[in-house]
This record gives sequence, structure tokens and C-alpha cells, in this order.
Amino acid sequence: MTYSFSLTVNGATRAVEIEDPRVTLLDLLRERLALTGTKKGCDRGQCGACTVLVDGRRVNACLILAVTLDGAEIETIEGVADGNRPHPVQEAFIAHDGFQCGFCTPGQIMSAIGLLREGETGEDRERIREGMSGNLCRCAAYAGITEAVAAAQRALAAGDRRRA
Amino acid sequence: MPDTPLTGPGHVRLGSNSGQPLTRRDGFLKVTGAATFAADNRPAGLLHAVHAISTIARGRVRSLDVAAARAHPGVVEVITPANRPPLARDQDDKPTMFSWRVETLQDDRVRYAGQPIALVIAETLEAATEGAHLLAPGYAPEPARIGFEDGEAFEAETVGIGSPAAFVRGEVEAGLAGATVRVEFRVETPTQYHNAMEPHAIVAAWDGDRVTIDSPNQAIAMGQAAFAGFLGIPPENVTLRSPFIGGGFGSKAILSGPHVLAALAARMVGRPVKLVFRRDQMVGPVGHRGATRQRLRLGMDRDGHLTALDHEAVVMTSAFDDFLEPAANASQNIYATPALATRHGGVRVDLGTPGPMRAPGEASGSAALECAVDEAAVACGIDPLEFRLRNYAETDPATGRPYSSKALRECYAQGAERFGWAGRPLAPRRMRDGAGRLIGWGMGSALFPAPMFRAEARAVLRADGTALVETSAVDMGQGAWTALAQIAADGLGLPVERIEFRAGHSDHPDGGVAGGSGHTATAGSALFGAGADAVARLAELATGHPDSPLFGAGNAGVEARLGRLVHREDPGRHESYADILARAGIAELAGQAVGARDPAHARDRAMFSHGAVFAEVQVDPDLCQIRVSRLVGAFAAGRIINPHLARSQLNGGMIWGLSFALHEEALHDPRTGRSMNADLAGYHVPVNADVPSVEALLVHEDDPYVNPLGVKGVGEIGITGTVGAIANAVWHATGTRPRRFPIRIRDLLEA
Repeated sequence: MTYSFSLTVNGATRAVEIEDPRVTLLDLLRERLALTGTKKGCDRGQCGACTVLVDGRRVNACLILAVTLDGAEIETIEGVADGNRPHPVQEAFIAHDGFQCGFCTPGQIMSAIGLLREGETGEDRERIREGMSGNLCRCAAYAGITEAVAAAQRALAAGDRRRA
Repeated sequence: MPDTPLTGPGHVRLGSNSGQPLTRRDGFLKVTGAATFAADNRPAGLLHAVHAISTIARGRVRSLDVAAARAHPGVVEVITPANRPPLARDQDDKPTMFSWRVETLQDDRVRYAGQPIALVIAETLEAATEGAHLLAPGYAPEPARIGFEDGEAFEAETVGIGSPAAFVRGEVEAGLAGATVRVEFRVETPTQYHNAMEPHAIVAAWDGDRVTIDSPNQAIAMGQAAFAGFLGIPPENVTLRSPFIGGGFGSKAILSGPHVLAALAARMVGRPVKLVFRRDQMVGPVGHRGATRQRLRLGMDRDGHLTALDHEAVVMTSAFDDFLEPAANASQNIYATPALATRHGGVRVDLGTPGPMRAPGEASGSAALECAVDEAAVACGIDPLEFRLRNYAETDPATGRPYSSKALRECYAQGAERFGWAGRPLAPRRMRDGAGRLIGWGMGSALFPAPMFRAEARAVLRADGTALVETSAVDMGQGAWTALAQIAADGLGLPVERIEFRAGHSDHPDGGVAGGSGHTATAGSALFGAGADAVARLAELATGHPDSPLFGAGNAGVEARLGRLVHREDPGRHESYADILARAGIAELAGQAVGARDPAHARDRAMFSHGAVFAEVQVDPDLCQIRVSRLVGAFAAGRIINPHLARSQLNGGMIWGLSFALHEEALHDPRTGRSMNADLAGYHVPVNADVPSVEALLVHEDDPYVNPLGVKGVGEIGITGTVGAIANAVWHATGTRPRRFPIRIRDLLEA
């Protein structure tokens, strides 16, 4: 039996046919849609490396079955930059060295984008640290991550003011 | 560019790429998800492999339901000891210095829980996973030996990678007997797992008798040779690619059984195979830090000078191979003492074989030493910093050799100043914060060897004024893509923007091993030398040609500056690389070099990076919850190539120290030998909210002996002072001396 559904990934509608209901969103992205930017660190929702946005909310893609996502809107790391122009969060991660090996980075950045959209931290370092604590970084680039999120918050706020 | 203040001006040299706080050259790839890690490769026709693991720790596999697995839709092959293809060499052979006995389904024997016992290949990951589950193994179990008491003790001959297990200099017992003050300190450190964010993975694709392997590997040429040996093909038939490693910490220098099996399986089924370890499958076959039990005895005269230092460690290894954490060796090179002894014993248990894990030996040994030194300072009634200064080693205590450089005094001074150490009360339980929590301050000395191994590199000047440099160096997060390119650019006299730097591939010259905190020094020296070699050839072309403005200047009479050769005595005479090559009609001019230490300097000098770490902890007086609120480290590690990235490395190391002190501990069920926390929920590593303000100061240090670049290393030293500093701060806050790591709430409540 096959399962047919469609979802939007980074703005593009994708018709999906899978033969196996056990496929997670993470494995759908990585193994079937060739979107390998999202990483598998633990496959059980403990590390956050697979964080993507589903209908605007932060989700561990390893914990959600793909067949449950008919009609959902998915945002992954591949859809964040504007061509060669990085998103302010990506820019801030580079400037503040918010990563070393880079494996948890796509998840950190998606989580940071989700956190900033949630809009509850401002530049408060304590709240940023709490809000980013679902994403492990074994290289322990935490200081850089926290600074990057605060800097991105500043940059995005400034951008909003310019637009207003 | 972020603000990156330095404590000394010496990192930057005029016209130099090195010393600049560049951001990562691979940064854009990493923040956009475009950096390709091994498991991201999907060659056409790919099959997925999942290995089944043993749920007993010792005994035999009596049955596997292979028929059920094969019958599952999508399953292509099931590999067990009954049908495993032959290996070209015995799995107990050790083809490289980073080789351990591996499990490749050679028989039905189980040596530890988590050992691979079968490999299922299927069209999809889901089918392979289900197939492995359907194997439902039956066992003939034997009792598991897990703790220090259950294990089999043995006399160790070597520890680490070939170091002697025992060392003596001077008369330790006499030194202790003659001491005015004596301290004995015992501590235990747990089994720890690397738990890099990227699981071990391999994608193997054959083309005739050649195989392309994508797998994170910290030592590409060694890994290539090891694969070739097991697969029975010449090394040049193995292409090993490892452009990005999602954290290694030592575990990815080792080839494990499942790696070999996946490559064998791909040949067997005639299609590419991908095997990605599950998080719990990394408990066993890919190494860990072995647990230790340590005892230190220190003797002091009335002024707090050491009269003897004795450090003994009993360390765990597996029942079938040896890697003994060289913990006691951490006491050999840091404090001046007329009598010094270190020794190790081993205990065999039914776990996988340990291996190098970030600061192997130094981390657990320094944790014990720094606590013991703190206890000694307390016993003498001396401030812990002053005690360390009184026992400052002007020459290496183990060998008597002078240090190649040692700015540890400056580290103590700058770290203490930044932290605000002055005025610290000697007695414990004297400080509280506004919320009534106990506050403690502690410190520790940091030390790590500054080794060099061997690496090769090639540099090619191109007609368009750019250059290509190559070495099979590895970036596992430490910043090789950036720092090594900076060094290569300096060797070539070019701005780093004009360098195309290739690494992480077995086609390149042997870049050595990314480990031991020696990669920048070693691969960097090779790259610098290769650039200098290419420039020397270019200078010959220019100075030997009558049409060149440099004609007759001689090789030594010109220097390379930003893509031009310039006459040393008459800077008005110069010529661009592109013009020199164009006139000679040469499209490419190649140079090469080997990076290795000058043997005379290696013989005559003791070479170490040094540091001092200061920690503040807050302890709830009722609940005994411990929080680290501040960490300040000051480190002298020779010339810093990229302060931006070096600081990240040191910060990361210090947080590993915090993790060692308060978080990490692998637990095994003593009845079954099975891991009780083979996941990232139960095996605690710090999350962002656990990490306080962490600051790493870079202390200026010139070292003319370690290598011409003056580079030591920063990858591991951050752990070494930090564990002790935190434990000592816990003592200062509470008056309770921690006797085991990680320090638990229970340890303070029960005290």
C-alpha cells in the first residue's frame, strides 16, 4: 500500500508517495526529498539537531511521522537564506562563531528562528539560553550561539523599524 | 567582525594572515545546511544497513531468526557469522596506531553489551530497522563483569598509546617520610562516551575493485590504509572522503567493526550501502573514556614546597584489548618536586574497549591532581594560587629538561586578575550571594603536551596569481578549514582570499591525524613549508632571468609579499607571481613539504601548553544543587593562528571540563552489563542553560622550539584545569571535598 499526501517545503508544494507509514518527517526530508541539511543526531527527540518549523512552530522532525503532515507547511535550513544572502540569524552565527563542527547548526538556526518568532526573549541572555536548551551542541559553542541569537534579534528589530 | 580583544599584540604580524580573527571559511556552508557530512551522501542505488546489537554483555549468540528478517519486505541481505564474507586480515590485527580489535561477526561470541551481532541490508532504512528487530537473538549468557570489584585486575605494561605504565624519579617514600605535611587524596572518575553530535556513519560504493567511502575520519591516510587492509585491496583503491566531521573528540580516529562490515556488505550485494549508527549503538564499538580510581600522596615542607608527589591510577579496559587511560601521567610535568612517581594498574570488564577521548589521561588525571593540590594547599594553610606558585616548575619535573616556553606565571596572573581572585577567604563556607546560596571559588592549573606528528602538503602557484594547497587534514570543528588556510597563505606570501584550500580527502598528501592537539602545528608546518618551497622555486625563476627586475638578487635576496617577490635591500624592485610564471611559460609551479618536529628540539626541550582556570560555583545550602556561575581560563599555547576560533576551542574545552565535573557519567546495570543511559536524555551533557559566563584569555607566548611557526595546540587543554577548579570551588563553597565525578547533589547531602 502507498500513502499519498502533499506538503509545502520551503514554499514549494511537494506531492509525496511513500510505501511505508513508519517514515518520519526527518527521514522523508533526508532520504526521499534530498534535503540533507536537517541532521539526525539521536532520532528520539533528545538533541534537537533535526529541528525544523512545521506551520511556524519548532518541531523535532525525528518525532513526527510524515504521513500525519498532509497540507502542512515545513521550513528547513535549505529555505532560510535568500540565495547567496544569508538570513540575519545565519549571519550572526558566522560572526559570533555559534558553531564549531556545524552538525547541530541547522537545528540551532531553525530553533533560533522559531524562538525569535515566538518573540518572548528579546535580548535577555538568560531567556535565550533557556529557549535554546532543546538544542545540544557537544562542541559547546553555547556562548557564541547565545550572542548570535541576541545579535540576530537586534538586526531583525532594526530591519522591522526600517520597514515601518 | 566581532570584537576580539587579545591580551598581547604578538599574534598578528605585519602582512600576515595568521593571527587574524577571521570567521570560518566553511561558515556559510555550515549555516545553510550545504556542508556535506558522511550520512548526507546518497549515491544511486543506495541500500540502507542497520546492525543488530547484543543485549547481553558476555556469552554466545545461540540463535538469530534470519528467515524472519529476510522475509520482511525490502530486506535484501542479512549478514551473520554464518555468511559473512572473508576479511583479508584478521580482525585482531592492528593495522595502525589507532587500531583496536574489532567485531566483524567473526564468531558467535559476545564480549560486551551493544556489540554488533548481525547486519541487515534493505531498500529502505525502515525495512532494515525492522529486519534487524526481527532477528530476535537467543543467547547463552555468562555473568557480566562490570565494576572495579567484578573486573579482573592485571599488571599494565603500557598506557595510552605505548607509554610506560610506571615512572619514578627520586625517592618518593623518603620524600613523604621527611615531609612536614602529608596529604592523601582518593577519587573516582566514571566511564564517559564521546557522544559527538554526528553519529558514526559510512557510505560505501564499489566500482570493480575500488571503493569510495564517505565516513567521518580524523586520520584519513591511516583510515584509508586500515580499510584497504581489511578489504584486501591496495590503499590507492580506497577513496576516503571526510570533508566535515560532526565532532570527533578521538572516537573518529578509530575504525570499528561496523565500518568494515558496511564496506564488505556493499561489495557483497553489489550496491552502495549506507550505515548510520543509532545513538545507543555508539556505546561499545567506537571507544570511550575508561573509568579510573586514583590515589595521590603529596608531601610538603613547612613552607608548602613539595617533597614528594605520588600518583597511582587503576583504570578500566575491556576483556579483550587494552587502552588504559594514562591518568597518573598528568602529574609528571607540572609541579616541581624532588621525588615523583606515577603508575597504573588495569582492570578488565565486559565493556567495549576504551580509546582516546578528548585529553585522554590528562582530563581524568588532572582532575585528581588539581583536587589533591587544593587539599595540600588547605593542609598547609596557603592560598591555592600561592601554593601553585611556590611549586612552580622551572624545568620539567619528569625529565629535568627546560621548557620550550612556559608562560604559566602570566596565565596565573592574568586569570586571577580577570576573575578577581584576590581577597578570596582561605576557609570554606565564607561567601554567600543575595539569595543565600553558598559561593565558592576554586582554581586549577591546565597542562597539555604540544606534540607534532607527521604530515605532508602540496602547494601550487597558478598563472592567475592564486594558489591551490592540499593536504588530507581534517576539520572536526576546530577550524582547520580556516586556520590551516591562513598558515598556507603565509607560506605562499599570498592573501588568504587567493588560496584554494583542499583537505579532507585521501587523494591529498597525507595530512596526518587531527588529534592530540597537534594538527595545526603538524599540518600547518607542512602547508607552510610547501608554500615556502613553491616560493623558493619561483624565486629561482625570477632571479635567474635577465628580464626580471629581481635578476641576480639570489634566493635569499627576495621575500614574498602579497603575491609579489620583493628585493630585500631594494624594495622598489619587485615582480608579481603571475608575471614571473607568464614569462617562464609555466601554468603551475608546485612545492611540497613534510611537517615534523626538529628531532634535536624534541630531545632537548619539554613542550607543553599551559593555563590556569578559575571557577565560581553557587550551591543551594538546603538542596545542594550546584551551578557554575563563572569560568575564567587563561591559556598560553604558543602562537595563536586565529584567536576567534582558538577562543571557541578553549571555551568548548572548559565546558567539557564543566561536563566532566558535574554532568557526564555512563551507567551500566551491574547485573546485565547493559548501558542504562545510552541516549542523550540519560547521558547528561550541558545544554545552553547549564553554561555560565565562560571566558578564555589568550596569553602571549613566543616559542622558537616547538616548530618554526611557534604553534602549540588548544584543542584539549581547556578540560584539564577546569574539572579541578570546579571541584575545588565546590569545596570552598561547602567544605566538602568531592571524591568522585560527576559531583552529585547526593555527595553533598550525605557529607
